[in-house]
Amino acid sequence: MSTVHVEKMTKYYGAVHALDGLDLDVAAGTVYGFLGPNGAGKTTTLRILTGLARPTSGSAIVAGVDVLHAGSALSPKIGHLPEEPAFYPWMTPLEFLDYLGRLYGLSTTQRKSRTKELLNLVRMEDVSRRRIGGFSRGMRQRLGVAAALIHHPEVLFLDEPASALDPAGRKEVLDLIENLRGQATVVMSTHILADVERVCDVVGIIAKGKMLVQSRREELLERYAVPAFEVEADDRAALAKWGEDLKRLPWVTAVTSQNGTLRIIVKDVKTAKAALLAGAVGAGLVLNRYEEIRPSLEDVFLQLVGTESIS
Amino acid sequence: MNFITVFRKEMLEQGRTYRFLIVAAILVIFGLSSPALAKFTPEMLKAIPGVPANVQSLFPTPTVVDAVGQYVKNMVQFGVLLALLMTMGVVVQEKERGTAAFFLTRPVSRETFILAKYAAMAVAFMASLAIAALGCWYYTYVLFEPIAWGPYLTLNGLMLIDFLVYMALSLLCSTIARSNGIAVGLAFVALIIVGGIGALPSISDYFPGHLISWGTSLVLGGDITAWPALWISLGVIVVALAAACLIFRRQEV
Repeated sequence: MSTVHVEKMTKYYGAVHALDGLDLDVAAGTVYGFLGPNGAGKTTTLRILTGLARPTSGSAIVAGVDVLHAGSALSPKIGHLPEEPAFYPWMTPLEFLDYLGRLYGLSTTQRKSRTKELLNLVRMEDVSRRRIGGFSRGMRQRLGVAAALIHHPEVLFLDEPASALDPAGRKEVLDLIENLRGQATVVMSTHILADVERVCDVVGIIAKGKMLVQSRREELLERYAVPAFEVEADDRAALAKWGEDLKRLPWVTAVTSQNGTLRIIVKDVKTAKAALLAGAVGAGLVLNRYEEIRPSLEDVFLQLVGTESIS
Repeated sequence: MNFITVFRKEMLEQGRTYRFLIVAAILVIFGLSSPALAKFTPEMLKAIPGVPANVQSLFPTPTVVDAVGQYVKNMVQFGVLLALLMTMGVVVQEKERGTAAFFLTRPVSRETFILAKYAAMAVAFMASLAIAALGCWYYTYVLFEPIAWGPYLTLNGLMLIDFLVYMALSLLCSTIARSNGIAVGLAFVALIIVGGIGALPSISDYFPGHLISWGTSLVLGGDITAWPALWISLGVIVVALAAACLIFRRQEV
């Protein structure tokens, strides 16, 4: 059953079509990677789904609530982490989370325990009484995650949660998201493929305001990834000659050569596995490397969106 | 929705960002100094070396009328300016910084967001004006004579309504604007319209500035009334706040 369901959603800013008939479905309990190049419409979608913007047309249901006519029904069900979470600089994390707890109607006891629990989760107990104004981007991002979780939301919307962080900060935030699996439905927008590969179960690829494809990550890789092998040898002349011979075989789609490495794209993996090594030996090659290339999300993304937007 | 919680946060913000302190300090300084200025200005002028005796005799002996006049003049000038300056950025800055977007996905209605800010500013001004008025009353009593409490409280109440009009208009400007610069420009246009055009004799009876004439007249025993200006001022506050809520509700933040 879908926790987030978007149908034929458009959002026009004058002549600019930020969303152009977007369809989106997120099943309950999944970590959904909303992937697309910059300007694809990811943030606009999340802003509409959190009630901050209105679509030009279309419909959206989040946790059973019609977003366009939600009134006050939507906010208790969702948590939202904007790309750059903004806080009152004069507040401390403790005051901030307590304030949010009050807004969500938590009792004093609940606020105290939840605040402590979340500060521990995002590892900010030691700075809990420091002014937020002096925090780094990574600290603000972590506090933003805590803020989004204060009321145990059913659906969590995270807009580029790790894109501006250093490697350590990125790992921390991704670990946090991974730990949320099963606790909430997470919709995470990003243009960083590695982040999606690491934490998301389901991937939706958006470009120019349209959903190009959405599927479980493994299915997507199976469907779109190109079966390929790479062979590396020192004797480049022999390697190139063998490459030319391979091109004539019926189970080979294409062969490219670069810096002593032959990339062989095949139609039939089984036949290729049986024939390639024997063929190389027969061609008198001494191999440095022979590898079946594991398909990556990058291959899928490149096929669907194009090379110019890859991150 | 959650008005009290957001209002409490706004009051805390008034304190932590020194907004309340700034308003209170300026109004209290002018409140306290007004009777003293009225009392000692003529004496200081007389003390200037070389002022001929016949000119010195032209300086009138100050009375409670001068103390009240000085107080009203200072308070209105600085009070209105503070009301504009302190309110013009409160919404637009939150939109620019992103805090508005961050909090509007929480259980905070847009009306609560606007009205809690206005209420907090109103309380800060009311408290500051109360301290300033008390100080002025005390020094007027020490230097001149006591002022009757009833008319004096009414004068300050009318002055507060005048400030509240400017605050509501400034808040509306802050809501409409997409940047702080535009908010400043719009707020000063509001000042020119309400303060400048409202000073024209033919229409001044209907503008908030006339409330001050009414209040001063009550304290000094005159016979000016300004009921139309009072109703119009209260109407402007309600309409400006309603418009701010409505506009903010339709805005994408």
